[in-house]
Amino acid sequence: MNHEHHTTLRPAGAPNDTAPQPYDIEFRAVSVRYDRLPALENVTFGIPRGSFWGIIGPNGSGKSTLVKTALGLLKPYEGTVLTLGHQPADLGPLRARIGYVPQYAELDFSFPLQVLDVVAMGMYGEIGLFGRVRKQHRARALEALERVQMQDFAYRQISALSGGQRQRVLIARALVVNPTLLILDEPTAALDHSSSEGLYEWINSLHGDSGMTIILVTHDIGVVSEYVDSIACLNRTLVAHGRPEDVLTTPTLENMYGCGAVLFGHGEVPHMVVHHEK
Amino acid sequence: MLELLSHTFMQRALIEAVLIGAVCAVVGVYVVLNGLSFIGAGISHSTFAGVAIGLLLGIDPLLTALLFSTGVALSIGWVSEKTDLKHDTSVGIFFAATMALGVLLIGFLKDFYVDVFSYLFGNILALTAADLWISLAMTVLITATILLLFKEFLALSFDAEVASVMGLPVRFLHYLLLVLMALTVVLSVKSVGVVLVSALIVTPAAAAYQLTVNFRRMMVLSVLIGVGSTVSGLLLSYWIDFPSGAGIVLIATCLFFLSWLVSPRRRHARMHATDF
Repeated sequence: MNHEHHTTLRPAGAPNDTAPQPYDIEFRAVSVRYDRLPALENVTFGIPRGSFWGIIGPNGSGKSTLVKTALGLLKPYEGTVLTLGHQPADLGPLRARIGYVPQYAELDFSFPLQVLDVVAMGMYGEIGLFGRVRKQHRARALEALERVQMQDFAYRQISALSGGQRQRVLIARALVVNPTLLILDEPTAALDHSSSEGLYEWINSLHGDSGMTIILVTHDIGVVSEYVDSIACLNRTLVAHGRPEDVLTTPTLENMYGCGAVLFGHGEVPHMVVHHEK
Repeated sequence: MLELLSHTFMQRALIEAVLIGAVCAVVGVYVVLNGLSFIGAGISHSTFAGVAIGLLLGIDPLLTALLFSTGVALSIGWVSEKTDLKHDTSVGIFFAATMALGVLLIGFLKDFYVDVFSYLFGNILALTAADLWISLAMTVLITATILLLFKEFLALSFDAEVASVMGLPVRFLHYLLLVLMALTVVLSVKSVGVVLVSALIVTPAAAAYQLTVNFRRMMVLSVLIGVGSTVSGLLLSYWIDFPSGAGIVLIATCLFFLSWLVSPRRRHARMHATDF
């Protein structure tokens, strides 16, 4: 069991004396299929604890599949997935260390709920079966809303929120358990360009303040590369991963504003294909 | 009014009306919010075959209906999970197949008088004391389960994926909800019949959904509308000799349209606020 706490801040990706940096998420030769259709093929990589990763790729490249496999929502067809050092099915109480922000478009915001109810839902796993939401939980939900500057909306109906506000409520729901691993799936999907940039900046400062491992799924590579430590480029398989400056050096990539787009447009970029080490 | 209460059958019918009105409305809230209305219709029609099996074997038809409908509810869930069929396709198959099975089995009961009509459309005025005790026990069981797992069912309904990541037993909860639907259907079948019972589950909750954007309030309103429909439907059937099941469902439907007309949700103006 990994029980190290992150009280000290380590610069992400910095060499760590002797011990190798533990991975918060590790994929070893993982393939995932929907029925017989391959969604991910032979993906191997590790996301070191405390780092800020961007996962990019065109639509249908398997970004969400990768995240859902790491969370145990999908089972790999082949290979091994380790999340916080465990197979996702055996995470047990470690689940409380994970914050997950799904694509908000998949949720029904006409649902009869208030903002505070939704944020409190983040603690349902911790409260346990049959347990009830109590005053202290509501207080924590309010604190989480303050972190995303949404405390004034606590008693609003979720149906009355704008896209960006809904997104922030879902982030508050993920943050309410103080996770050490935060996974955001396309958080800027509903936002315009400047709002997106604001959100990225905010997530970046969250990473700086908390030392959390943050994984950001997006197709918005241009902006993201300014903030993240590392990028994984997906197109059914892992096309490249590493520091943004290393991955994005290819002139083609720079011109095309995103390796996903490049791969999508011109199926072959041979020098981009990084071997799957290990 | 007092004269009405002096009949034993009427006392029983009133108690039953309150019980099924409430329990259908409570389960209905989750049915509506999970988009399971058509599954409710599928389960309720399967009850007909369950009743026919009991009549054929000489066992209490409600017992066989209970087992059969629970089996069908689980099967619908299982078929949808294991195949790439959508819920409504698997329901469409079970719906007709179980009705056909019921008709076939009833056909074997040639020398036996069966009041098929009362199972199809229900008769709340013909309940025995034993029926009432069974209803009471099932109402307590279903309501207690829902109240105990209130927040779990809420999480399942709003965001099953995140509920699963948090470690809630999402799959178990989904099947449990299907079983609770089957129990609710069978409990209500004697009073409103297999054809109409799904309306009693869906309509009050759908009406309540129109009236509020607050989950707990939706639950309370659904119960009020459900009990209001069953009790007033019953009284109508007593005074003007109206089939009780049909009366109950039509009153619930009128309440639904009224709710829709006055719905604040429908007129709800979306707010525009500053984004990030």
